[in-house]
Amino acid sequence: MAAGATSGGSATTDTYKEARTWLLLPSWVTLSILVLAPVIMMLIYSFLTKEFRGGVIWEFSLSAYDQFFFDRGLFGDEPPKLEWTYISIFWRSIWQAGVATLLSLAIGFPTAYFIATRSEEMRPVWVFLITIPYWVNLLIRTVSMKFLLRDQGPLNDFLINIGLIDSPLHIVNTNFAVQLGLFYSYLPFMVLPIYAAVERYNFSLSEAAADLYASKLTTLRRVVLPAIKPGVIAGCILVFVPSMGSFLAPDLLGGAKNFMIGSLIEEQFKGNAGNWPFGAAASMILLSMVLIILMFSARQQAKADKAEG
Amino acid sequence: MASKQFDIKSYTGFKGITLLCLIILYAPLVVVTIYSFNASQSLTNWEGLSLRWYVDVFSGPESAKFKTAAWNSFVIAIIAATTATAIATLAATGMVRGGRFRLRPVSFGLISLPLMVPEIVLAVATLIFFNSIGFQRGLLTILLAHIAFCIPFAYLPISARMQGIEDSYEQAALDLYATKRQAFTKILMPLMMPGIISGFLLAFIVSLDDFIITNFVKGAGVETLPTAIFGSVKQGIKPNIMAISTLLLSLSIVMVTISYFVSKSDNTK
Repeated sequence: MAAGATSGGSATTDTYKEARTWLLLPSWVTLSILVLAPVIMMLIYSFLTKEFRGGVIWEFSLSAYDQFFFDRGLFGDEPPKLEWTYISIFWRSIWQAGVATLLSLAIGFPTAYFIATRSEEMRPVWVFLITIPYWVNLLIRTVSMKFLLRDQGPLNDFLINIGLIDSPLHIVNTNFAVQLGLFYSYLPFMVLPIYAAVERYNFSLSEAAADLYASKLTTLRRVVLPAIKPGVIAGCILVFVPSMGSFLAPDLLGGAKNFMIGSLIEEQFKGNAGNWPFGAAASMILLSMVLIILMFSARQQAKADKAEG
Repeated sequence: MASKQFDIKSYTGFKGITLLCLIILYAPLVVVTIYSFNASQSLTNWEGLSLRWYVDVFSGPESAKFKTAAWNSFVIAIIAATTATAIATLAATGMVRGGRFRLRPVSFGLISLPLMVPEIVLAVATLIFFNSIGFQRGLLTILLAHIAFCIPFAYLPISARMQGIEDSYEQAALDLYATKRQAFTKILMPLMMPGIISGFLLAFIVSLDDFIITNFVKGAGVETLPTAIFGSVKQGIKPNIMAISTLLLSLSIVMVTISYFVSKSDNTK
């Protein structure tokens, strides 16, 4: 999604310069109140004391973060040990998102390359075909995936009918199902930026490499890939970031054993057992990780722009 | 005769993977669509074509719940998309036609903020915010949250379109003594229409589809279609859910297709 975020646009004019403030004011007000202020409020909440019926007491406390990283025993008086419960949930989220990203790259890169080398009239059609599923409700896509993968679902039926397997594969409620779900949810995000990069790529470079007796694989690895690296990085980030914080795929396809950050956060705000400061702290940790990744990608992008001149 | 350049560009297997990619993307949707027409009570057996689950959606035991939810969803999506599109159109004019100014990057960052913050984090933040200012959760909190995250989706196609329109049309109008306001409403807005329509449609779909944020900020007992479907699916996938899903996914595909053709149309010539 953030792929469009680089298009600040250079072709600007100043026809409506005098009205600028008034034109921008509605967006500033709306987004400051409804996005910026809430994020700041969440940061504050993460440093407050939990109230037992959900909600908070306005007293400064580090206990939400402390609870995330350290185990101080049942009564909180033992020397702190590293608490692995939540760290491992984060680690599982990173791992699941990583596998989903690699799957998307394996399918998305050849697809993007293939589309970008079609004729100019056909390219938008291909891009359109790839983007349509993204606009279908994520919940419906995830439910569809679950239906397809069920033990008695169409996929197992099909595999049994063609004689590839004898008994149904148990896919739902495994880590693999979550990876597949995430891969399926965000695959178009991998294809689009890589497609854009390959489309800009100058194929005379490949020709030059071939003239110098580089094999096609070497050309791909040593000439094409370095040239389109920014697109590949952008694609990986666009798949990885939403995968890490996703809720639907782990919840519907993974079951209780395959808890990810999204479910951990959601749990803190549902019902009476919730711990709002802890949920806010977990959200802050996730947000910080995402911002670090985005900053890294912005730096890469700036470097690539500089190299292009 | 294959040209040399074609040889260099193409890699064996890439076409196959592209087709695989399309199959993966569409197979679940196609399967659900087919099974929504299944006459059988069970999910597994195929007993011939039937519309019974569509009838069930509109007049079955759960139909009242889904009708209310659908009504909520559509009202919220229409108001949120309209408001977001209006805000985004003004913002795009300020950004693309407002000259250079110091706060431009900050302004752009603010507009894309809803895209950078993970959805679940935005959901938590919005819930905490409404709670801390004592705002009763209900339809209004859903609507406000939707307006906010729809803005970037409306903004991107609108600003892309505006960047593609040379300002010579407006300059010509201004040379002929049109006021700035007239140049904006009579010249720029009509030229912008394809971008505005496609921005509106995308914002509409995004609002209609949202589950996570809605699930956090909705009050008890208030449902939109996605939260109602989620609640239902939690008790197991039933055939009527597949019928609703098919209806919703067809709607999304139709709207995206319209948006695609509208944004492709060129009315600057």
